[in-house]
Amino acid sequence: MILDPLQRLGRSGISFFGRLGRGNVFLLQTLAGLPALLLRPGLIVRQIYSVGVLTLLIILVSGLFVGMVLGLQGYNTLADFGAEESLGVAVALALVRELGPVVTGLLFAGRAGSALTAEIGLMKATEQLSGMEMMAVDPMKRVIAPRFLAGFLSMPLLAAIFSAVGVYGGFFVGVGLLGVDEGAYWSQMQANVDLQDDIYNGVIKSIVFGFAVAWIAVFEGYDAVPTSEGVSRATTRTVVHSALVVLGLDFVLTALMFGD
Amino acid sequence: MKQSKAVEIGVGLFVAAGMAALFMLAMKVSNLSTGNIGESYTIIAAFDNIGGLKVRSPVTVSGVRVGRVDSISYDFETFEAVVGLRIGTAYDKFPEDTTASIFTAGLLGEQYVALDPGGSDDNLEPGDRIQLTQSALVLEQMIGQFLYNTAASEGE
Repeated sequence: MILDPLQRLGRSGISFFGRLGRGNVFLLQTLAGLPALLLRPGLIVRQIYSVGVLTLLIILVSGLFVGMVLGLQGYNTLADFGAEESLGVAVALALVRELGPVVTGLLFAGRAGSALTAEIGLMKATEQLSGMEMMAVDPMKRVIAPRFLAGFLSMPLLAAIFSAVGVYGGFFVGVGLLGVDEGAYWSQMQANVDLQDDIYNGVIKSIVFGFAVAWIAVFEGYDAVPTSEGVSRATTRTVVHSALVVLGLDFVLTALMFGD
Repeated sequence: MKQSKAVEIGVGLFVAAGMAALFMLAMKVSNLSTGNIGESYTIIAAFDNIGGLKVRSPVTVSGVRVGRVDSISYDFETFEAVVGLRIGTAYDKFPEDTTASIFTAGLLGEQYVALDPGGSDDNLEPGDRIQLTQSALVLEQMIGQFLYNTAASEGE
């Protein structure tokens, strides 16, 4: 009787570590399936289309608006100190270092990650994956690996597009509407944004996030309980876990990169 | 077949847009285009106090950017800060008696090294040391000086 809560705790602990272990084994199998993809690049292209190209619209629109909001908020704050000229630096650093990779990661998890999980989960629920195995087609190589690789490749590109569009959004509001000097906007930005420290680190962040989100999405789909309820839960878990992992990893990476 | 062609074109555009965005971030947003000064040579200047000068700070002549600060170290022989200035080879005709000063861009801006050419006929060679330097102005010292002067003039 008294031991019941303890037993529940133990059970959830075991299932947690079981999932973690399955996730890692699954990742290794996925990575092992990647070389086979070199022979069939068409598979990757189709997945990049559904994972990357179809996510482009939401990334473009969000990037533009995030940049515009940064321009507006940054201007109002900087104007108090008479430093409107630094608007370009503020917008660019915020986007390149943090908001670009992080917001793209969150949107990517919501738009592409959930779709990946639902697709793979439904394939499992309708026994398509088992059917493939019956035909001696390895679903890891045919289904999982191309989706994982597509997510991993698309994410840095999407983050770069997000940041670039955001810089122009800030430019549009700051220079176009609020009257910051155009030359100052770009030159201050160029003087203070470092290629190595800021841009490369932002790209590294987006690569790490892409890896994590793609991994979570395909694993949750593959590990889903093969029922309609199970697939819906797996989809929810993908979005929640991806968001948590992106934000948590962002803190760790920021501490490593900029924490000195 | 037609469908897959549209898909491939879409992916091609996507990848090209991503590359273009990265390229734009590198060229237009970061210091790649301004920080790279191409062929360069180094001259040395020693200051009593460099204030907030950092490696990569700009080096200017009459406001024109000609290079950047390459290294900062402390010399225990002379008790001075030794600053290495990397200057583009396009600007290699500085007279020997050029002055180096540390100024601040704007009230709270970053600090930079301003060179002021003198009138000598001989030019600075790579590795040469600038003899005439002017340290950074430290706000606390200026305020202290000001208070001291005020007190002194009131005491008279």
